[in-house]
Amino acid sequence: MNENITLKIDNREVSVPKGTTILEAARGMGIDIPTLCYMNLEGMCIKNAPASCRLCVVEVKGRRNLAPSCATRCENGMEVHTNTIRVLNARRTVMELILSDHPSDCLVCAKSGNCELQNAAIKLGIREIPFQGEQTEYRVDLSPSIRRDMSKCIYCRRCETMCNQVQTVGALGAANRGFGAVVMPAFDLDLKDTECTFCGQCVAVCPVGALTEIDHTNRLIRDLANPKKTVIVQTAPAVRAALGEEFGLEPGTSVTGKMVAALRQLGFAKVFDTDFAADLTIMEEGTELLGRLGAFLNGDKDVKLPIITSCCPGWVNFFEKQFPDLLDLPSSARSPQQMFGSIAKTYWAEKMGIPREDLVVVSVMPCIAKKFECERDEFKTNGDPDVNYSITTRELASLIKRTNINFMQLPDEDFDAPLGESTGAAVIFGASGGVMEAALRTAYELQTGKTLDNVNFENVRGMEGLKEATIDVNGVELKVAVAHTLGNARKLMEAIRAGQCHYHAIEVMACPGGCIGGGGQPLHHGNSELLKARTRALYTEDEGKHLRKSHENPYIISLYEEFLGKPMSEKAHHLLHTCYFNRGKEFIEQ
Amino acid sequence: MNYKMHILVCGGTGCRASASAQIITRLEECLRDKNLEDEVQVIATGCFGFCEKGPIVKIMPDNTFYVQVKPDDAEEIVNEHIIKGRKVERLLYKDPERKVAVSDSKHMGFYKKQLRIALRNCGFIDPENIEEYIARDGYSALAKCLTEMKPEEVIAEIKLSGLRGRGGAGFPTGMKWEFASKYQADQKYVVCNADEGDPGAFMDRSIMEGDPHSIIEAMAICGYSIGATKGLVYIRAEYPLAIHRLQVAIKQAKEFGLLGENIFGTGFHFDIEIRYGAGAFVCGEETALIHSMEGQRGEPTMKPPFPAEAGYLNRPTNVNNVETLANIPVIITRGANWFNKIGTERSKGTKVFALAGKINNVGLIEVPMGTTLREVIYEIGGGIKNGKKFKAVQTGGPSGGCLTEKHLDVPIDFDNLLASGSMMGSGGMIVMDEDDCMVSVAKFYLDFTVEESCGKCTPCRVGNKRLYEILDKITQGKGTMEDLDTLQNLSQVIKDTALCGLGQTSPNPVLSTLNNFYDEYVAHIRDHKCPAGKCKALLSFHIDPELCIGCGLCARNCPVDAIVGERKSPHFIDTSKCIKCGTCIEKCKFKAISTR
Amino acid sequence: MEKIKSLSDLKRIKSQVQEKLDLREKSEQVENLIQIRVAMATCGIAAGSKETMNYFIEHLAENGINAVVTQTGCMGYCYAEPTVEITKPGKEPIVFGHVTPEKAEEIIQKYLKHDELVEGIIPVNYNTI
Repeated sequence: MNENITLKIDNREVSVPKGTTILEAARGMGIDIPTLCYMNLEGMCIKNAPASCRLCVVEVKGRRNLAPSCATRCENGMEVHTNTIRVLNARRTVMELILSDHPSDCLVCAKSGNCELQNAAIKLGIREIPFQGEQTEYRVDLSPSIRRDMSKCIYCRRCETMCNQVQTVGALGAANRGFGAVVMPAFDLDLKDTECTFCGQCVAVCPVGALTEIDHTNRLIRDLANPKKTVIVQTAPAVRAALGEEFGLEPGTSVTGKMVAALRQLGFAKVFDTDFAADLTIMEEGTELLGRLGAFLNGDKDVKLPIITSCCPGWVNFFEKQFPDLLDLPSSARSPQQMFGSIAKTYWAEKMGIPREDLVVVSVMPCIAKKFECERDEFKTNGDPDVNYSITTRELASLIKRTNINFMQLPDEDFDAPLGESTGAAVIFGASGGVMEAALRTAYELQTGKTLDNVNFENVRGMEGLKEATIDVNGVELKVAVAHTLGNARKLMEAIRAGQCHYHAIEVMACPGGCIGGGGQPLHHGNSELLKARTRALYTEDEGKHLRKSHENPYIISLYEEFLGKPMSEKAHHLLHTCYFNRGKEFIEQ
Repeated sequence: MNYKMHILVCGGTGCRASASAQIITRLEECLRDKNLEDEVQVIATGCFGFCEKGPIVKIMPDNTFYVQVKPDDAEEIVNEHIIKGRKVERLLYKDPERKVAVSDSKHMGFYKKQLRIALRNCGFIDPENIEEYIARDGYSALAKCLTEMKPEEVIAEIKLSGLRGRGGAGFPTGMKWEFASKYQADQKYVVCNADEGDPGAFMDRSIMEGDPHSIIEAMAICGYSIGATKGLVYIRAEYPLAIHRLQVAIKQAKEFGLLGENIFGTGFHFDIEIRYGAGAFVCGEETALIHSMEGQRGEPTMKPPFPAEAGYLNRPTNVNNVETLANIPVIITRGANWFNKIGTERSKGTKVFALAGKINNVGLIEVPMGTTLREVIYEIGGGIKNGKKFKAVQTGGPSGGCLTEKHLDVPIDFDNLLASGSMMGSGGMIVMDEDDCMVSVAKFYLDFTVEESCGKCTPCRVGNKRLYEILDKITQGKGTMEDLDTLQNLSQVIKDTALCGLGQTSPNPVLSTLNNFYDEYVAHIRDHKCPAGKCKALLSFHIDPELCIGCGLCARNCPVDAIVGERKSPHFIDTSKCIKCGTCIEKCKFKAISTR
Repeated sequence: MEKIKSLSDLKRIKSQVQEKLDLREKSEQVENLIQIRVAMATCGIAAGSKETMNYFIEHLAENGINAVVTQTGCMGYCYAEPTVEITKPGKEPIVFGHVTPEKAEEIIQKYLKHDELVEGIIPVNYNTI
């Protein structure tokens, strides 16, 4: 079915495969038709084309009305005009209508400068809004991670697509009708009282300022300015692969050194790396995997398999709410962010002689669910969180810009020791399949005692929604699977529930592409190439590392020698493991 | 048992609201008292259409048509008419022109020009008795299709008949069936669109209440033609009686083997399920309807893909409106060539209209396509109420436009109405007289579309709201001449860019009133006057000192104490306080108070 | 309930139930049918008009006559009860007096079938509504 279709767009003939939309055909020719609701993460099966904003309308010869180019398929002999007076007038009017129901508080809006509506308005040259009338008003809903201000919503429904189709969470849906139509949780509940996992994919795709992260930058500035506090920072692997985009660098440029320098200039006492904790996670989780696998091979029928990763807080929220019957499957290992906090506020604080109450641990994450994770009661000691709060990649960029730091001219600097040292295995945590690959590197060597010839497990890499691999570990066939997006995770979990899953280990990341596509990253604006470039940056950094296996990290080795004993020891259990709670519907209703 | 007489009592929703069920009970009681229950049968039928004069009771065989019958009239009907054979004259319809009683409905202006095809059994048979439907040739069309015709022959017959969809857009039904028949799938669906949503339209409800089997039969015929074995009726839950009648009919059809497995021993299976809608206007749009049935939010999606390709549960689906389906069995039994002789060149058959507004004979009528508006309004409708002057007629419901005096002789069909700036729609027809303000009329319809828009696309969600706000401003006397240009442009853009039929037609009331009643808009803006005297904000109340005797009745009844004056001398209205409620006008016995 | 399994089943059922609706079908097009109005006031009933009416109803069909039988009030010819008014399409109504079942049979055979007048016609000089 590779039939081609020939049509004319703006008097130029073009030939496209059958099924191509007018918008795709036009963009292929370099004609940029403005869009708002349309979003297509190509190659990732994530598409939102409800044809509802009507900004992309074009004139098709012989057609009574204008056609939305994003959802109108090309047909042979079609004559399309994208810039007639009729089209321009319609687009301008539609834009004026949208703006007539949108607050004009751009100056203080979190999205200003990065707002698709603003950009479209600029492109269409809107100088006044001729329509005065009622504006929709909604309460602002604050949750630990997300700020919802639906008065800014333009009803593109991208968030709904992400929440329902991609993540299958179903926390957001359209409600009411006509002018009062709004995207909201069922019964207008607060987001925190719903199935929401705080994965932040709604925030990642919102073209306007309706959905944004809870901003902790001002709180951070206050803490940095407080002489009584020692403020230290940890940065997640995916941050370095995307931060540069905020400063105009080519997507996929790794900016680890500049990022460390910037954080130091901001005034952090120590700049550490979550990657250190990622290596630690592999030690714990890998040992847990081998333990469960060993028991299984020894004929233990009650052993819980597959073991599932638990680094991703969106995923943890998801299974606690959607699969409370399977809580014993995920690894009990805490996420790297929390392992870091726990070690920093015990081992490191003791070592440095800093009282817990004076130590502020901040994380920079590609994620907004991490903000929620920091606030979980399990990760607090006497009410004091192990990680005080988390800021996103976007918040960090904003902070750097605010403090006059010329990012591009910064020298490359190194993380502080000891909690800044990491291996290549930790770096790839930021990409889908990375945790599994890192675990395999360590598990294989710990189990077999042999050295891996090739540490690259290509089968678990890439943008495929579900990936699987079989690894021969001393004659045992270890079957693993990797899922990214919660929708794909759901498929695996349902198979497990139905007893149709025969994997030993599964990695799940809530966001498309893993953490590189996290809800706290610089906005991709529907460009999936960007996500692929970030992934490449992480694998390149891994390859450049001297050490590429977690168990070879010398500081990890000494951490166990000096403090923890061995993986899964009682102390490790206390500091590095957690338990999960049934937060399913019945629980929410109580 | 052969009864000597039948008493048909309208059991439609309208007449039921006026106690027709009690009429039936009372008639039966009286007949029992007189030992006549074996000779006279009382039957609840579907709607007779003449709702203005309901409840209707019709006595057969002498074909006597009683109007506005009350339960208390039952005794007299039995004693006088049934026993003594004397017609109860006071219950007969009075011809308003000739001032004489007319007992046979055929001689009433309301029925004279009608041709009832879709409504053929309404008001004639007991809709809850399948045997009566069978006696009227029911299910013989299905039998003919299954035993004598190939699916493609059935489609060819429907195409030849020229039948076009009665739900609004007028798409050729045969072509629709053909599209659905061409797609291959493990399952296909026939959907009956019974989500009648136009304000004031009730033809679909009446057909389902009065002749539910015709819908079932037509759906089975459609299923056979396109290769579907499942039928779904999407009906609004606000139609409890229609739902009940359909349920009864489906049950009976199953008992008779006319639905289910192996119908007429031909190996054809067909089943029908009822799905309930919550009464959203937009769910009459077929993609929205399908989403609603799937349990999704009832909002339209882009076509293509058309439902014929990917409809309910992504399977090929054919959606037809109730009235369209009601025509199918007759077309098969009497032949396409009989049907296509009725009507105009491109619009065949008849159309049912719900006649409403300032007209004498409010009701449901069915006329051949090509009947003029004048015939409908003045002959069938009996002219304008209270002898007022005709001003406009709104056809096509909220998506239609207002037609005027100059359109009265236009033969009604799909294309003519469209060319005149309105549309057929589902057949609402609202007549307006000189007292109706056309700006307010446009505002009324916009209020409806604003309320009923699903909100999905910008032009409909925000655009219609802005149209409404501008119209409201004009009726408040705060409009500007630029507003008229804005209305015009915005209306055009909404028509041009809205996603579905609802939005694409919602500005029609604005555009048609702007075209036909531009002066009235200008009067509101420039002169701050509402020529029809409807826009309260533009009215002021005055007391004529010549007529006022100073009785003080108005002052005592004014809720805001805006009227002052000495007893026995002329009173005055303080216009700054007056809320224009009109109480004073009502109370004044001397017609001294008027609006300007 | 017996199931309809074939076209002939449907036709059979239709012929069974058609009779019930005949009354309505006919009266809808009453102008094209013979109308037989039997006076059924007290005087008429006392004189046996009920039997007369039943006779008509029962014997019209078997003679292949499409007619509508209705009752009416006293026509004023109490001396001649039972009276029956018969209107053939397009013709003036004719009133027959003393219509016993035997007379009814004669009317059916002669007037209704062959348009031959029979004895007992009462001249009509009034209108009813």
